[in-house]
Amino acid sequence: MSIASVQLIASAPDPVLGYKKFQFGSFTFERDMYFVHVGWPKGKHTIEVDRFLRAMVRDIGWGFFYGWIFFDDVFGTQNHYGTVDIYAGTYSKGHRDTGVDFLETFNTDDVRVAFETISINWINEGYDPLRAPMETGSPLGAKTKDAAGPLIRGFEPARRMMGLPGDTSPRSDASGHPINRAFADLSYDKPDIEIEPGFEDQVHAFNLFDHIARADVTWNPSFTSITRACICCVTSEEHMLPVIHGNDRNEWFIQLTDEIQWNIQDKNTGNPRGRIVMKSGDVCAMPADIRHQGFSPKRSMLMVLENGTPGLEEKYAKGELEPFPITASRW
Amino acid sequence: MSFVTKVGSLKSYEKGSIELNDDLRHYAFSNIFEVANNSQPYERVMVASNLEYAAEVVRAEGTSAWYTAPHDEFAIVMDGEIEFTFFQLADTQKATHACGAMKVAGEPQGKRMGRVRARRGHEVLLPKGAAYQLSAANASVCLIQTCAGPESVERWSKICVLD
Repeated sequence: MSIASVQLIASAPDPVLGYKKFQFGSFTFERDMYFVHVGWPKGKHTIEVDRFLRAMVRDIGWGFFYGWIFFDDVFGTQNHYGTVDIYAGTYSKGHRDTGVDFLETFNTDDVRVAFETISINWINEGYDPLRAPMETGSPLGAKTKDAAGPLIRGFEPARRMMGLPGDTSPRSDASGHPINRAFADLSYDKPDIEIEPGFEDQVHAFNLFDHIARADVTWNPSFTSITRACICCVTSEEHMLPVIHGNDRNEWFIQLTDEIQWNIQDKNTGNPRGRIVMKSGDVCAMPADIRHQGFSPKRSMLMVLENGTPGLEEKYAKGELEPFPITASRW
Repeated sequence: MSFVTKVGSLKSYEKGSIELNDDLRHYAFSNIFEVANNSQPYERVMVASNLEYAAEVVRAEGTSAWYTAPHDEFAIVMDGEIEFTFFQLADTQKATHACGAMKVAGEPQGKRMGRVRARRGHEVLLPKGAAYQLSAANASVCLIQTCAGPESVERWSKICVLD
């Protein structure tokens, strides 16, 4: 689908708080000391600023991920892999019933540039939305100074397997990633490897738990190994997933350590379906017809297996594939 | 403040819970250590399945057959210590099937490639086209990222929480 390019329009800095206001297509974005206010032709919505920024930087870093990223029950994005919908109230019955829901489709690169520009202006030095809340400063208040360092990080995907020659490298002390305080009680030895000459790109192993334990980001997966289109993502989780994810395909969660509690909702209506508590060793599918949001009381390690086959989202959307992985005849 | 990281094992694990107003089969909730405790050595029991892709739990105990797959696989050791030995295969032994691991007939006839001894938290490449064998002195567990294949075992009704 061909979409006309849309550029973000920025105001002059607010004379009191120092932040810019932005217009992107028919949406407006404005922040104050505590809140972000999103506007569209028929409505306006308010989101707490920490939650908004935590969601926005992840949405950028994930490349808008698979399917729907709900910043909250009203506002979010849907990835069409080349274009991105920004919506407000589209999946909220109240907004739809009163006719104030709104959705606009943009080129992916335009949304990325717009979200990056907004984030950079609204994130102050000392606040890092990718870190756990206990490990960073506050986003509240007036503008001080732009944050230094990269806006997004930690999402560089392995091409075959992390640590192989020419592929991505696991985190280490040398890369500036010490073991996180919450995983300091584990021991992290290396596998014993013997390689015959000529097989350096075939015989390989590394300490996956060590890589996860050194993450300086939360709810921000890294791809560590790839089987054809099956992607293994691992991530360190603390506090709450700052978005509600509605997948456009089935995915699988494998809890490596500790515990995450997941709230499950119907994807289209947002109605609660219940909760899942996953502990170390638990495996659970996340079907393609739900939204989920995780809560990790203590920093934990999670593995996610994704099927990155191109075009899969269309087969689920058309009903060609069941929205759950184990079909009836296999039970 | 000091933290205690909870990591399950064959001998000690605590399963979570699933409380949903939905068909629980859609979530196929299981536990790796419980599956391994109820498996024979080197059964490859699927705990995740996404169209052609799968994750299999393997209880490693003693020495396995030789396996090969037409794509990369990856083993993550979840408990214990497992030794992985790698050899090339002769042309006549190479896999001709499309997906997943299958047993190699006899011993691999190619060059020795190397060996990995891995413990909890280690991830090991099981490279496309190579032969690999697992061995463990004591009961150990690994999870294998792979495709469903001739050796994959499905027993969803027995491993999943259904009520």
